[in-house]
Amino acid sequence: MVAPEDGSGRTDVLSYLRVDRFPHLWCPGCGHGIVLGALVRAIMRLELDPRRVVVVSGIGCAARAAGYLNFDGVHTTHGRAIAFASGIKLARPELEVIVITGDGDLAAIGGNHFVHACRRNMGITVVCFNNSIYGMTSGQYSPMTPYHAMATTAPYGHIERPFDLCALAAGCGATYVARGAAYFPARLADYIAGGLRHKGFAFIEAVTQCPTYFGRRNKMPRGVDLLRWQKERAVPVERAARMTPEELEGKFTVGVFRDAEELEYTEEYDRIIALAGYREGGESGCPAPGR
Amino acid sequence: MGEDVRPGTAEAAGRDDRARRRRTALTGNEAVALAMRQVEPDVVAAYPITPQTDIVQFFASFVADGRVKTEFVTVESEHSAMSAVVGASAAGARAMTATSANGLALMWEVLYIASGSRLPIVMPVVNRALSAPINIHCDHSDAMGARDSGWVQLWSEDAQEAYDNVIQAVRIAEDPRVLLPVMVCYDGFIISHALLNLEVLTDDEVKEFVGTYRPDRSLLDPDRPVTVGPLDLYDFYFEHKRQQAEAMAAAREVIPEVAAAYAALTGRSYGMMEAYRLADAEAAVVVLGSAAGTARFVVDRLRREGRKAGLLKLRVFRPFPASEMAEALGGLRAVAVMDRCDGFSAAGGPVFNEVRSALYGLDGVRPDAAGRPQGRAPNGPPLVVNVVYGLGGRDVDPEDIEAVFDLLFRRIEGEEPRGEDGAGVLSRSLRPSPNTEVHYLGVRE
Repeated sequence: MVAPEDGSGRTDVLSYLRVDRFPHLWCPGCGHGIVLGALVRAIMRLELDPRRVVVVSGIGCAARAAGYLNFDGVHTTHGRAIAFASGIKLARPELEVIVITGDGDLAAIGGNHFVHACRRNMGITVVCFNNSIYGMTSGQYSPMTPYHAMATTAPYGHIERPFDLCALAAGCGATYVARGAAYFPARLADYIAGGLRHKGFAFIEAVTQCPTYFGRRNKMPRGVDLLRWQKERAVPVERAARMTPEELEGKFTVGVFRDAEELEYTEEYDRIIALAGYREGGESGCPAPGR
Repeated sequence: MGEDVRPGTAEAAGRDDRARRRRTALTGNEAVALAMRQVEPDVVAAYPITPQTDIVQFFASFVADGRVKTEFVTVESEHSAMSAVVGASAAGARAMTATSANGLALMWEVLYIASGSRLPIVMPVVNRALSAPINIHCDHSDAMGARDSGWVQLWSEDAQEAYDNVIQAVRIAEDPRVLLPVMVCYDGFIISHALLNLEVLTDDEVKEFVGTYRPDRSLLDPDRPVTVGPLDLYDFYFEHKRQQAEAMAAAREVIPEVAAAYAALTGRSYGMMEAYRLADAEAAVVVLGSAAGTARFVVDRLRREGRKAGLLKLRVFRPFPASEMAEALGGLRAVAVMDRCDGFSAAGGPVFNEVRSALYGLDGVRPDAAGRPQGRAPNGPPLVVNVVYGLGGRDVDPEDIEAVFDLLFRRIEGEEPRGEDGAGVLSRSLRPSPNTEVHYLGVRE
């Protein structure tokens, strides 16, 4: 592993983390640390300059990762991380803007920002730590809680269907879409690295486990029970293509669902600025973009 | 409560009822969830946020267990929660939600729609600091920010009062003279998560007390169709706002009426405020929320030392009881208004500004026929200083409040504010103007 040439001496995963903030708040058996580790390994593999990485998060257990990562970052309000990140990317398109979010944060309160960010294809990378539940507030069902699962707000079982977040992202126009799981951390790091390399909007769903508030209510009280659940139900997208809907019942697919090159928003924005005749120090009347 | 009760009288029967009533240990959130269950609103919509969360969680269990018939909707944000209860209330339902901090902030737009549409929604607000930076602990910035949104605000000192306030709030909100939404505020964690042994009513008593909500007009009445909240420009908007102001003024009459009815039922009486050992006090603090209990303890301690200390606990912040405030404080020499919120006006917190405004112009210098000075503050209104405290859950203990009283007594003894007036736990005053002192209690400078 090559250390980034920023004089920071970052050579291992821990050197990217604010270990002085530990112990972290995640429960024993939680998968968020695995997902965070995969993100850091992806950043290391791509040798991203830590001075050009910005981490933006919303609210929830996953969002706390922003505080543990030793990058510039903003810990924002519930559901709005993508909106804040869009502002950062517009002002400084050369930065690597990473959004860390959870399933409640992204798909419920932040759903509107998510679908429009996918449509806009702005070059930010969104990693959704999907643990199927609102963990921070102790186990209310989220838009990703499986049908019939138990939650504190569904003590006799959940009667809504969850989103397929990757299908939603692709349907809304996201140009890089992948799903991994905490059980497969190396592949997850691959998917995140793919997203970071990608020029447009990249969405990576990381299926992770919440033994405390999801598992205990659903007969999987230990982290390892939920990891086994991931292992048994994850189907690579290539194999899924050869399976019938009946065979896929109760499974979830992992892999890269979409990796397409399309017009990236900040490049388009620059084109419009040029079209409007803005020149540095010129007389177009356009306000100077902040870059 | 009378001490000399004859057996067989109605009063004695009332006392027997009370004795039969359940005393039970509940957290503030459990108590409020219980009150909501007993009120049994038609619709509850909610979204989780610390420290409100377990109200909704308990309520979800009541729904799932069939203990209430309420339609319970878990929505995807607080904006949606408030919107859903607005819709329900406009349709003639009794509707409730609950929130905290940023959840309340996200409801902002819809708070005004609830009050402007005159919808009697009741909402527990579990007070918590606002981001940024993120903090989940108690302060009053959330509800104080909403003080001008047209909602009645009841504040609670403990879980018992939070429980009692929720039940009374329903009647206040739905009174035809008022028809305004009501927030029941209580301190996050300090009240919401602490156990208190409290007295609860029976389900029947609560149902009888709140009665049935029968709106004069609502949606879903096809023979009398109405549109709620349509365009209302310079022709009528102003009149509608004036009507809102009149409704808020009417609440000033209705709140004590409801409190009196509640006292008859429970023996617990609540006013717009509680004046504690104020009658002969020279110095007093004005507090709302859980710190009132600490302040009461300090007042007793100072009284034992022979110092004339008092407490004014504010229960109703909207409508603001300016007249009662002037009555209660006008005769004092020095008052510290405690704000668990900084309005960032750089001229004192929201409660301070309201209280001092209520005391303005009280000095009746014109003597009556016998030569005695008139007015409620014959020696001029008291000196009023502001103490901002407890932001983001910073603890406030008896010694802190004693330091506030020390400051007041030093001022009464004629000590002029000087550089060292920030000694001890009190910060140096920001001194926004020559006659205004704003201290921060227990802050690092």
